[in-house]
Amino acid sequence: MIAETGLLLLWLAAALAVLQALAGFAGLSRRGEYVAISPAARPLAVLQGLLCLAAFGCLIALFLRTDLSVLLVADNSHSAKPWLFKFAGAWGNHEGSMLLWLTILGLGSIGVALFERQLAPRIVSATLGAQAVLALGFYAFLLFASNPFARLSPAPPEGAGLNPLLQDPGLAFHPPTLYLGYVGLSVAFSFAVGAMLAGDANRAFARAMRPSVLIAWVFLTLGITAGSYWAYYELGWGGWWFWDPVENASLMPWLAATALLHSVSVTANRDGLRAWTIMLALVAFSMSMIGTFIVRSGLLTSVHSFAVDPTRGVFILVLLALYIGGALALFGARIGKVASGATFAPVSREGALVMNNLLLSVILAIVLIGTFYPIAAEALGYRLSVGPPYFNRAAGPIALGLVALLFVGPLLRWRRDRLARLPVIAWMMLAIAGVGAIALVVLVPRSAILPALGLALGGGLAIASLLPLTRRSLRRTPATTWAMVIAHFGVAVALIGMASNAAFTEERLIALRAGETTTVGPWQVELTAIDPVVGPNWTAIEGGLVARYDGGAPTTLHPQLRAFTTPPTETSEAALLTRWKGQLYAVLGQPTSEGRWQLRLWWKPFVTLIWLGGILIALGGALSLVARIGLLRRARHYVRQVMP
Amino acid sequence: MMRRVLLVALVFAAPLAAQDAVPPAEYAYRQLPDARAEAEAHALMTTLRCLVCQGQSIADSDAALAGDMRSLVRQRIAAGETPDQVRAWLVDRYGDWVSYDPPLTPATWPLWAAPIALLGLGGWLAARKLRRKRSGTGDGE
Repeated sequence: MIAETGLLLLWLAAALAVLQALAGFAGLSRRGEYVAISPAARPLAVLQGLLCLAAFGCLIALFLRTDLSVLLVADNSHSAKPWLFKFAGAWGNHEGSMLLWLTILGLGSIGVALFERQLAPRIVSATLGAQAVLALGFYAFLLFASNPFARLSPAPPEGAGLNPLLQDPGLAFHPPTLYLGYVGLSVAFSFAVGAMLAGDANRAFARAMRPSVLIAWVFLTLGITAGSYWAYYELGWGGWWFWDPVENASLMPWLAATALLHSVSVTANRDGLRAWTIMLALVAFSMSMIGTFIVRSGLLTSVHSFAVDPTRGVFILVLLALYIGGALALFGARIGKVASGATFAPVSREGALVMNNLLLSVILAIVLIGTFYPIAAEALGYRLSVGPPYFNRAAGPIALGLVALLFVGPLLRWRRDRLARLPVIAWMMLAIAGVGAIALVVLVPRSAILPALGLALGGGLAIASLLPLTRRSLRRTPATTWAMVIAHFGVAVALIGMASNAAFTEERLIALRAGETTTVGPWQVELTAIDPVVGPNWTAIEGGLVARYDGGAPTTLHPQLRAFTTPPTETSEAALLTRWKGQLYAVLGQPTSEGRWQLRLWWKPFVTLIWLGGILIALGGALSLVARIGLLRRARHYVRQVMP
Repeated sequence: MMRRVLLVALVFAAPLAAQDAVPPAEYAYRQLPDARAEAEAHALMTTLRCLVCQGQSIADSDAALAGDMRSLVRQRIAAGETPDQVRAWLVDRYGDWVSYDPPLTPATWPLWAAPIALLGLGGWLAARKLRRKRSGTGDGE
């Protein structure tokens, strides 16, 4: 019954989405005859979102009960799985993740319907209309091509299980966080469409859009950071970013959202860059859609799996073409009606933000081209791979240019400024960073240029990013300035972590007998024991390692080699020892013929700064969000008092 | 088509095969004694595609084939070949697909020219916009 209820709820939600779209666009009618209907878009949006949420709840219930008469559960779950993985398994598959996607789209609609009270009602209802049109396409996809509630008869005695690599607490948090980011951008997209349809994109529109961009960006940042750490400890080779298509798919919306976040602040504060902000809002969610669907449909990693289910692939491609093409066509037709905003001198805060947007857009384009180039080339009969060497060389220097811009950009005044006015210390830090990088390359043998530049610029930026706090009372510094400083400081921290990991990692691959000792960097590591261990749905061989830093106090690590039964797979569970100076990363490999065990050990100085930086960046975004919502409330209060 | 099926079969076979009698290649999980040669080999390995994996380099993979390729790279570097020679040898056998570092050929120059072209185009657009804005408003501040 739960499955049928879920399906019914989905159909009802889709029907409500039709009404939401009609009501939302009614407000735009020429002579205003249908305007009276348009306020209905708000309650319809709330109801539609709630029904979709309820349908998602049904799917989770089916997974928690392991109802094997449902095809999706039988294919992806198993009764012996721990409950957390049953729960998270609901979205660890294609259909379930699509339903999660729609649920978050519905939550976005609810957010706009309930909280947006400042913007002109026409734009709000047109925004809700656009949001409903987006949802409808994906409802159609779910109901006609990916029904998560399909039954299986007869029900099998046991489920097929979940990929062991996914049986990790990371699965419970990573996809929902990332999806909140991806789909959160749909709200900015809908705001942009709504504003273009209403022919009105001013500061009020940018201010209305900003909280949704911030929310999506914070979740996207956290999702990417968490995903990177998950891959780092789960894949067992110490890599934290591989430039593979799936990662690039999450990076592209993040780059677009980061650019949007900065351009929307120009529109909201200074009323400039209106058309560009609208364009970026369209691009950001388009990147989310391209990222999720093209990659998840298998088009990118393998053309082969795409052909297995042509209906789905074609459905998705048509949907993407309609939405992205439609939005761009609307942009072309309507952007002339959006009056161009305020102007500014090249040397100004706006000018620096334009540079930021330019560089971020170029990086985005490089990632996009590099990700899709192999597909285009293969279509022409040439198979090639585009990987880390290309992305690092093409995007790395531009990213470092962006970091150099961060030394001075935040210190500039709005509208017009002089470089000579900037504090000497900002230029000094930039100069020291440049000289430092050259010194590193020259003095340290066999050092690569990018990590050296990264270390020097990162170190300089850690100080320069704090400069906006000087020359004023810290207590009276606005929370939004603190937010910016924290986020930019986070960039410096992450950059130092990346560069340090690239430059100073020590590796030791060795086969040891119990009782033998090896060294990696400053650590002495002894293999003391090899023991069998039994888990809930796996068995493992566990190594006992005793590690001493420079002959100091011993600490034990327990890397495992796990064997899962359903489906039969082996994974290695790395053991990590975290010190403030870095991480010791240990992996147990296969036994050798002479009775030794393969060990892989890495000492990674300051590698944790990569993710700490990511968290700081997200924290800055969160603080900015809280401050802006608070500001909004205060302003509203003030207006009510002045104009009763 | 047939080759793809074989590759997929290899992926699934690898963890099982690893437990059987076939030991991994000599330098699959062993470093070269010479630190400089090892660093060269490692840098090269991060830029070679594991042919049976989903988008991983041979430096990041447990697949048996990745182990064989690591061993081969280390042995050739130890024998005195330069990383470029080893890469060329592999490309010769497996095609450009094996290298994550696309060569500069007529088919890839758009890829390599893209960063500079995009920077130039973006800079030109931004400069044009700024200039027009300034001349449009004059000095009315």
